[in-house]
Amino acid sequence: MTRVAELEALAEEQQFLDRPVSTWRTAWIRLRRRKTGIAGMIIIGFWVTVALFAPVLAPYDPNEVLLGVEDVRRRDPPCIHLLGCDPSKPQHILGVDGNARDEFSRIVYGARVSLTIGVTTVTIAIVVGAALGAISGYWGRWIDNIIMRIMDVVLGFPALLLAIAIVAVLGRGLRQALLAIAIVSIPQYARVMRASVLQIKELDFVAASEALGASKARILLTRIVPNALTPLVVLGTLGIASAILEAAGLSFLGLGAQPPTPEWGTMLGEERNQIFSAPHLVFFPGLAIMLTVLGFNLLGDGLRDALDPRLNE
Amino acid sequence: MLNYVIRRLLYALPVLLGIVVVVFLLVRMIPGDPCKAMLGERATAEACEAFYEANGLNEPIPVQLGIYLGKLVRGDLGESIRFSRPVAQILVERLPMTIELAVAALFLATVVGVGLGVAAAMRHNTSVDVATMALANVGVSMPVFWLGLMLQYLFAVILKGTPLALPPSGRLSAGIRPRPFYEVWGWQVDLDTLTGDLMEFVANHFIFNSLITGQWAIAWDAIVHLILPAVALSTIPMAIIARITRSSLLEVLGADYVRTARAKGALERRVVARHALRNALLPVVTIGGLQLGLLLGGAVLTETVFNLAGVGRALVEAIFARDFAVVQGVTVVVASSYVLVNLAVDISYAYLDPRIRLE
Repeated sequence: MTRVAELEALAEEQQFLDRPVSTWRTAWIRLRRRKTGIAGMIIIGFWVTVALFAPVLAPYDPNEVLLGVEDVRRRDPPCIHLLGCDPSKPQHILGVDGNARDEFSRIVYGARVSLTIGVTTVTIAIVVGAALGAISGYWGRWIDNIIMRIMDVVLGFPALLLAIAIVAVLGRGLRQALLAIAIVSIPQYARVMRASVLQIKELDFVAASEALGASKARILLTRIVPNALTPLVVLGTLGIASAILEAAGLSFLGLGAQPPTPEWGTMLGEERNQIFSAPHLVFFPGLAIMLTVLGFNLLGDGLRDALDPRLNE
Repeated sequence: MLNYVIRRLLYALPVLLGIVVVVFLLVRMIPGDPCKAMLGERATAEACEAFYEANGLNEPIPVQLGIYLGKLVRGDLGESIRFSRPVAQILVERLPMTIELAVAALFLATVVGVGLGVAAAMRHNTSVDVATMALANVGVSMPVFWLGLMLQYLFAVILKGTPLALPPSGRLSAGIRPRPFYEVWGWQVDLDTLTGDLMEFVANHFIFNSLITGQWAIAWDAIVHLILPAVALSTIPMAIIARITRSSLLEVLGADYVRTARAKGALERRVVARHALRNALLPVVTIGGLQLGLLLGGAVLTETVFNLAGVGRALVEAIFARDFAVVQGVTVVVASSYVLVNLAVDISYAYLDPRIRLE
């Protein structure tokens, strides 16, 4: 019996050794060894949990004005019963904002907004950028020239400045800000994709597909694009970080999410003139932004190291 | 070298032109009737027709673009609706503030960033290294506006009354205004001419103006006001520069010639300072230039937080006021200076590293 089990284990190991290990699997193994990657995953995991369970975690409706409902005044500082706050007063662990809403509940719901912003913008930017880059790199010639010159112009602008100008055209609002940030970040993805495609299309297995008579589009989609994804994943993760930061910046200026949306940048911007009297209303939303961005930056760094040790910065 | 400079210049021209065209089209796409924005909601059809005629808005878009380019080449950036003044005049007033802020932030970011990077590389894999890189990670994740507000609170509220207290907003203390250098030196300047604008532009760099004319108290006041915004704005570039310096120095420290220097018995400090750092700083030059884009974007946020009348603030205010000539002028000027600075960085890089020229 033990003999059989041993043999089975051996066979399994053998099989495992024979089976080629995919890039993603190696990457995962390497990532788990990197402290930065782990730290990033923990932070992101934390925020994803907060976003998913927002209704459970938030003690109040994020938009409920508590004036007259409870014994609170606008911009009350945090009141935590365990830390000696008068138990007769309602507990608000991060205080109450300028409209007498529970700050903690707003920050919890804000996680949903920020994660959505980050993921959506980067998805749009990657899809469009990668498509442009792939076309540019694979077809070359005048298409390449036109696309890349346009990308050069977009890159010629300071990112936030162009985003602001685009919001001026599209109008203020979360969706518009999101689109503006996506447009601004397209060139990076296009450039990286183009570079990968240029490199990969010279490889033998692409020539083999060509010799077998596969169409250009087929080769591009099934041979080249899957092999060019690695750097995009790294860039995309770091891109989520900067997208969240830029969206928060636009919202802070009043150009992004509009009140009463519980968006961290908007919350901070609304209360910025109260910094001297109610610092908690600036401190906590900002801390939330910083931590979320940090999580994606750490994961991005970890992924970069894990996916390509040569790219070590 | 000259060849390289010319090639880079030729490469930058289409980008500059592209930027102007993009901004022009963006502004044309802004919803709303320019006539109604200019003459008020109740402007009559005839009045609007006259307005279109006077401003060339009846022409086809390509013709309008041509006219705009022609004006631009002559330095005419249009007129602000809100202030009824030329946009160029607004830039003369506002741009120096932003330049001072960006230069101060870049200076801080470079000095501290390179210092941190060197410290981390020299103590590779020690707690110093880990702590510096952790700090750098926090730094790149920092919302500029949040840090700015926190600094205001720390230095103007918590440290109030201590010698460390710093003014939380504004460019100068109330009632203080530096005398422009041309006045101090008794130059006769006609402010309505281009030279006059130029003089005023230079004089509006308050710190520079006060330093060259010896108005020490005012220079100090301006510097003290600039510290917090510059620190806030410098964090992200500082963190990036620290990382690049570290990785670049680590790479160079593994090079053969560094080993030779060590083999000769040179002290580690000397090896780094004399041999390694020079080569390691090359990538830092490029990155430093690229940070300018971040700085210009961040300046919008920093100026808002610290109530500084810079060009970034002017842009946001113009968007809210639908003052499109200002949006257009500011964006074109700032974006083109960004392109030109990057061009200068590229050229200096080629000067520092001859290998680049051959690519």
